[in-house]
Amino acid sequence: MKMSQSNPDKDDHTSSNKKTISLPISRVRLIMKSSPDVSSINQDALFLTTKATELFVQHLALASFNNGSGKETNTLSYSDLANTAEETETFHFLTDILPKKILARDYLKSLEQMQEEDADF
Amino acid sequence: MAERPEDLNLPNAVITRIIKEALPDGVNVSKEARRAISQAASVFVLYATSCANNFAMKAKRKTLNAGDVLAAMEEMEFERFLEPLREALEVYKKGQKGKKEVSEQKRKDKERKTDSENDKSREEEEEEEERMEEEPEAEEEEEVEN
Repeated sequence: MKMSQSNPDKDDHTSSNKKTISLPISRVRLIMKSSPDVSSINQDALFLTTKATELFVQHLALASFNNGSGKETNTLSYSDLANTAEETETFHFLTDILPKKILARDYLKSLEQMQEEDADF
Repeated sequence: MAERPEDLNLPNAVITRIIKEALPDGVNVSKEARRAISQAASVFVLYATSCANNFAMKAKRKTLNAGDVLAAMEEMEFERFLEPLREALEVYKKGQKGKKEVSEQKRKDKERKTDSENDKSREEEEEEEERMEEEPEAEEEEEVEN
């Protein structure tokens, strides 16, 4: 097995396929520490969270692309992500920051409908 | 700690690269989609941290450890990450041992070498990314006249 320290300078382009990490650990720690209850984090936990975040990014991107509408056109769009967040159980926690976009006129229409339903009483 | 809101973002250039590597060649990822994935990643970190912290608190520990993070992944139903994470941690731990002695020397070499190279490639990579990680090495940059 190849050890990561044999070429730490070169891992930039291939790291997420290999077993090293490319996201900055310092930034991940900052995000973790922004959570008020967290007092300290050991080095292994920090490494694992960073690695998990990379896996998560890959998984989210690939799942959204595979479920999405852009397969023919080879594109990944925002709506593919929003749909994945809504439809996939494990990505449900993202629905707040990946809201589905709807047109203002559709929103107003549904608002009207709701009011009519209320008025039916 | 986090003084500006953008401190809680992950570097776009790195996120973009990870997305590219995950998708088949030639897939175009819209700017909006990239930003959304990056924000999702930050939220993922917070969610994982909060789950892991619950496990640590239950065990009356103040420090999050590897087991807490792995338990959090299970709780979040990302069991698929467990195996790759364990493998990565193995490699990381082995690497840490020898690294300490080597890294000092390597870092010095690297600064000399990459400073000149990076200036070119950096501009391309960071077109839309003014604020990358502020690495301490930036301080050592020597002015070269061209």
